Amino acid sequence: MKPVLEITDLKIEFDTFEGTSHVLDGIHLSLGKKDTLGLVGETGCGKSITAKAILRLLPVPPARLVSGEILFGGEDLLKKSDEEMKEIRGRQIAMVFQDPMTFLNPVFSIEEQLVDVISAHSNRNGSRKEIDRKEAKKKAVALLGEVKIPQPDVRIKSYPHEFSGGMRQRVLIAMALSRSPQVLIADEPTTALDVTIQAQILKLLHELVERHGNSVLLISHDLGVVAKVCRRIAVMYAGSIVENCSTEALFNEPFHPYTQGLLNSILTFSKRKDAAQGIQGGIPDLIHPPSGCRFHPRCSRAMKICEIEKPSPVEAEKNHVVSCHLYPVRKVKSF
Amino acid sequence: MKRFILKRLALMIVTLIGLSVVVFIVSRVAPGDPAKLAAGPDATEEMVQVIREEFGLDRPLVIQYTIYMKGLIQGDFGRSIRTRHLVWDDLKNFMPATFELVFVSISFSILFGILFGILSAVYRDTWMDHVIRFFTITGVAVPMFWLGIMLQLLFSAKVHLFPLGGRLDTMVLPPPARTHFFLIDSLLAGDWGTFANGFHHILLPAFVLSFPALASITRINRAEMLEVLHKDFVLNEKAQGISDRLIIFKYALKNALIPTLSMIGLRYGWMLGGTILVETVFNWPGIGNYAVGAAVYSDFQPVMAVTIILGLNFMIANLLVDLGYGFLDPRVKYE
Repeated sequence: MKPVLEITDLKIEFDTFEGTSHVLDGIHLSLGKKDTLGLVGETGCGKSITAKAILRLLPVPPARLVSGEILFGGEDLLKKSDEEMKEIRGRQIAMVFQDPMTFLNPVFSIEEQLVDVISAHSNRNGSRKEIDRKEAKKKAVALLGEVKIPQPDVRIKSYPHEFSGGMRQRVLIAMALSRSPQVLIADEPTTALDVTIQAQILKLLHELVERHGNSVLLISHDLGVVAKVCRRIAVMYAGSIVENCSTEALFNEPFHPYTQGLLNSILTFSKRKDAAQGIQGGIPDLIHPPSGCRFHPRCSRAMKICEIEKPSPVEAEKNHVVSCHLYPVRKVKSF
Repeated sequence: MKRFILKRLALMIVTLIGLSVVVFIVSRVAPGDPAKLAAGPDATEEMVQVIREEFGLDRPLVIQYTIYMKGLIQGDFGRSIRTRHLVWDDLKNFMPATFELVFVSISFSILFGILFGILSAVYRDTWMDHVIRFFTITGVAVPMFWLGIMLQLLFSAKVHLFPLGGRLDTMVLPPPARTHFFLIDSLLAGDWGTFANGFHHILLPAFVLSFPALASITRINRAEMLEVLHKDFVLNEKAQGISDRLIIFKYALKNALIPTLSMIGLRYGWMLGGTILVETVFNWPGIGNYAVGAAVYSDFQPVMAVTIILGLNFMIANLLVDLGYGFLDPRVKYE
């Protein structure tokens, strides 16, 4: 299956006051048609940066592209002009952000914002603008109904501050899905919500993408959230993907020591007798990242080579890619 | 909303009474004997006494104040002790000139202040930003009367580009009075010559009066725009593919205008005070000029009347600003 979105060797640096921060250290990712891929990792590992890089929303400077390409429909997004990107944003690749409290404009009604988003690309020929807006409003009401906002025709007149966090996230999801994008990137869409609301939003998101057939890249620091929605999971550590496999494989037989550590950190009531273990050490400084494999200072199974050489992605089993020196080198092209 | 306005109007009356007390006391304790000045250098003590009795200046302060307030309630601002004109008649002559000047100046500062603020923020750290910032710093630093005199020296004395002062050339008749604003009346009468002449006259004084306000409005709008353009919701709007123009001039600007509006209200007050200087420099036949002329002769009534009129105007402007917040920000409730 040809992937819809394919990221190869994406390296991005940030020029900061203290020095250059090597934020993304060669990301490889691919997202198939109607696929759901979860991107998991600790805070600061570069998940959101990856998402913003796809839509070219990183501020340049301080962000700087070192190498890599992001292929979307066979074309490199990193080579597109700003005008071309505007056509892609929202229409072909849409994004749902983390915090619904701050990602809606506080001084405009939901209707105003939704209608502008829906007609963002259609009102190039100004003459039919009014009709367009009327149609856009109808569509906006329908969308709000679809994300299960009660009385959508009334509530559409509300302002963001009159909505709860969960409802605002529903509005943001409606916004992102309004033009049936091929790819939906959801950047920690439930992190800022209550646990009960989290489950509702995940369920809704799952239903919607099933129905609309969008490809989804779901970013989260919560393995449980990703497991509920995604078919595949990519685990990210300090700017690179360390493991990429199906959800079942990841939970049943994780290969990378970091993934194993992550799974050992989950608190469960059943199955395990001992307490959650956690991973020793802290998030590395990305201005002076560890040499070789960036995980080696925290890795219990680190070897000499881990300090010297960065491991390449290896297909240790079919469709199970891991970047670790513990596994025999056998280069793979796609995964 | 209605209750809010009524409450504010009631409060305005209280403020006006306070203002009248202060102005009254200040005018009476100021040095100089108005009766003596009005009677002239050769008058005998008896003649001065006659004037004192005629204007009630020999009576206790409290009684004088009561009499003054009784008149004020009926719209009687008293009589000028020097010219013996009814102050209200003089005000009717001079007020339109002042308000025309202030209206043109505040409109100019709001329009261009907001525009320059946006440009400066959007093109941050480019030559345009630097030029705009140079002028805004000049604007808040240079005293109005000095700027007025310098411009007169340059454009009226050296290069004869603008008239030295006045509302119209001496040979030009004022247009038939409808609004008493010469610019509007001449247009209503279809008299382009008079309009051009009035416009030519108002340009320099209006520019001088608006310059500090223009500068501060630009500065605050620039700062606010810069802040808003880095907000999460702007990132979301970008990610949804909304055009830059819509983001800047609609979504960001409405947010930025909330603090800018406070500055506009504040600067309007300063501007009303500034008319006294500008009218004097440009010999503009308004109430500022009128008040200065009267103050030289310790002629209290016109000074008090002008102070109260300007104070009332400022209070109304403040009420409008407070109502403006509700228009800009749906979170504001008038209770």
